[in-house]
Amino acid sequence: MLGAARRQLGSGPMLGQVLRRLRPASADAARGYAAAGKEITVREALNTALDEEMSADPSVFLMGEEVGEYQGAYKITKGLLDKYGPDRVLDTPITEAGFTGIGVGAAYQGLRPVIEFMTFNFSMQAIDHIINSAAKSNYMSAGQINVPIVFRGPNGAAAGVGAQHSQCYAAWYAHVPGLKVLAPYSAEDARGLLKAAIRDPDPVVFLENELLYGESFPVSDEVLDSSFSLPIGKAKIERKGKDVTITAFSKMVGYALQAADILSKEGISAEVINLRSIRPLDRAAINASVRKTNRLVTLEEGFPQHGVGAEICMSVVEESFEYLDAPVERIAGADVPMPYAANLERLAVPQVEDIVRAARRACYRAVPLAATA
Amino acid sequence: MAAASFTAAKFLAPVAARSGGDKAPSFPAAAAASMRPLRRRPAPRLSSVLAVSSDVLAGNKAAPAAAAHPAVTREEALELYEDMVLGRNFEDMCAQMYYRGKMFGFVHLYNGQEAVSTGFIKLLNQPDCVVSTYRDHVHALSKGVPARSVMAELFGKATGCCRGQGGSMHMFSEPHNLLGGFAFIGEGIPVATGAAFAAKYRHEVLKQSGPDGLDVTLAFFGDGTCNNGQFFECLNMAQLWKLPIVFVVENNLWAIGMSHLRATSDPEIWKKGPAFGMPGVHVDGMDVLKVREVAKEAIDRARRGEGPTLVECETYRFRGHSLADPDELRRPDEKSHYAARDPITSLKKYIIEQNLASEAELKSIEKKIDDVVEEAVEFADASPLPPRSQLLENVFADPKGFGIGPDGKYRCEDPKFTQGTAQV
Repeated sequence: MLGAARRQLGSGPMLGQVLRRLRPASADAARGYAAAGKEITVREALNTALDEEMSADPSVFLMGEEVGEYQGAYKITKGLLDKYGPDRVLDTPITEAGFTGIGVGAAYQGLRPVIEFMTFNFSMQAIDHIINSAAKSNYMSAGQINVPIVFRGPNGAAAGVGAQHSQCYAAWYAHVPGLKVLAPYSAEDARGLLKAAIRDPDPVVFLENELLYGESFPVSDEVLDSSFSLPIGKAKIERKGKDVTITAFSKMVGYALQAADILSKEGISAEVINLRSIRPLDRAAINASVRKTNRLVTLEEGFPQHGVGAEICMSVVEESFEYLDAPVERIAGADVPMPYAANLERLAVPQVEDIVRAARRACYRAVPLAATA
Repeated sequence: MAAASFTAAKFLAPVAARSGGDKAPSFPAAAAASMRPLRRRPAPRLSSVLAVSSDVLAGNKAAPAAAAHPAVTREEALELYEDMVLGRNFEDMCAQMYYRGKMFGFVHLYNGQEAVSTGFIKLLNQPDCVVSTYRDHVHALSKGVPARSVMAELFGKATGCCRGQGGSMHMFSEPHNLLGGFAFIGEGIPVATGAAFAAKYRHEVLKQSGPDGLDVTLAFFGDGTCNNGQFFECLNMAQLWKLPIVFVVENNLWAIGMSHLRATSDPEIWKKGPAFGMPGVHVDGMDVLKVREVAKEAIDRARRGEGPTLVECETYRFRGHSLADPDELRRPDEKSHYAARDPITSLKKYIIEQNLASEAELKSIEKKIDDVVEEAVEFADASPLPPRSQLLENVFADPKGFGIGPDGKYRCEDPKFTQGTAQV
């Protein structure tokens, strides 16, 4: 299991190709699970989380395109229509602005909608409701009307889906006061954070990743318990280290762990932080780690300008400037719309080699910037 | 009075011609109807209005048009009168306060449209919801939000209905089920559809039923909004899921300076209802009794679970789009035509002619409202500004995430609460 390459079949309508995935070798060691761990995929984690929360609270309902009879565009909501019926699992027409607003209005009246966007790119058609009707309402109404809604769906680049299907919206939504923005990586993250999001009385943007849906992670019995949830606003140290801190979220956490393995062979011990929560950002954890390692590499898949890494860098400059021994390295996607050609797409998103190079730079193992084709 | 002297006549004439069996009613009917003796009718139906349904609802033919008013009791008439006078006086006071610098930002006044707000909202119960636009002061007042709370909100004081956080365009009142106050046109329509969805969900899934039927939601919006995508998305979904909502179009012919006729390929908005399978009704929005009759039918339909209705109210705003609008594009003859159809004057005339109340009683209502509005201004003036600490309050209902436990503390602080393997 450790270090084995796995063939994972692409999932969902947009991915027709086979992906090779490398299991992060150090993950199990860091987690300290009980030996006889069970494994579940992120997809199963999300599905069971939705199932359990709908079972526990009858005011939770799902709304989105293809969530019902199609069993979910990416099969996340599989089986839920049969179990809960069409009153609670609603297939909508293609009307993002309309059904997002309907979800917000229902939340105003005390229901707990989970609105699915087929990808977060389509959320742009509904962004007025996410921000103006949902995020700002508790404030505008001086606390009279809270909005216990969850907006979920795949975010960021997939494989070969082109510019309009590949954008990462973490920075966009994390910019707005009144929203909570979560980005799970592992199955445990997916279960715990989705349950927390559904139980939360405020609007939560839940950024999943299509390429992680099929990936398996070991989970403890605690995680599988139906009362399990994770706190919002707390990051997780995926791997302890002492030489450089690497912050990441979503799929990039896996890449960071692979990079950490490579770096450890060179004598650089990297600490990998899985942010889990983009807003609120766990500044305390990030700063505590940087104060220990004195070097920081921020990692994200989205566009670099005004991104998550820029915010993390500023947070560290504000709170831990004297502790920095090197400039903060920012790894982000290329500042271009996502190209279609496979080799260009590889260039447009961070690869493990980029992370390794950045960490070396931060540790003064001077290797000049060089792109690989 | 000839309706031909301004551009609205172009689309109103075919509407008039189509009324119940192609008999053109006397149009404009308000002035004429108020002079007719009251005719008792066996049961109030959609009279003096135009109701056309698609083939889907072919069974529900509209009653033949007649320009008479249905019966209204003295108490009802006085309630309607008082509500409209409150709306008018309040808005006039807002204009005064704005020019004195007490009120600021964007202020959009409702003068002239009172019949729509009063005609619809006075039929609602407390659990019914109202969703409005930025022109929401009078919807708030009709729904029961105290005048002093609205005025204090407009002054930006801590005693306002939203403690000064929302302002003129964002009136929210949870106890009155006033769900906003939205600045973007069309924004309130999906939210209203969602509130109607919640009412149906409560009834069917949560099995919480009220004695009267489903709680109804009213969505108020203007003619400009009817060209916006969200409007059509919600007409579709509301009818698809048979939601208890009434879409109330306050067609005052102007969207800031854009005439409805310049902006819309087919200006007859009521026709867009049947295109989605719901009844579309056109009503004279300057006549509160006609509006009320249509409203009753539409609200009852929704309550019974028969689904949405689109009601187009022909109305007019006597002032500009907002207090910053110089209002130069509207012609004086159009303005005077509608000023002659002032809903308050019409109702007053009707009440006196039907001997429902005396002139003196109406004057005393006006005096009472004057006092209410004066008191509201004094209250707002005397109220404090919000404390500085209010700046950071209420961003989240739960700042720490995932809720407050039964002991009243944040769950994430409970040591026994499962934290998985997170290193917190």
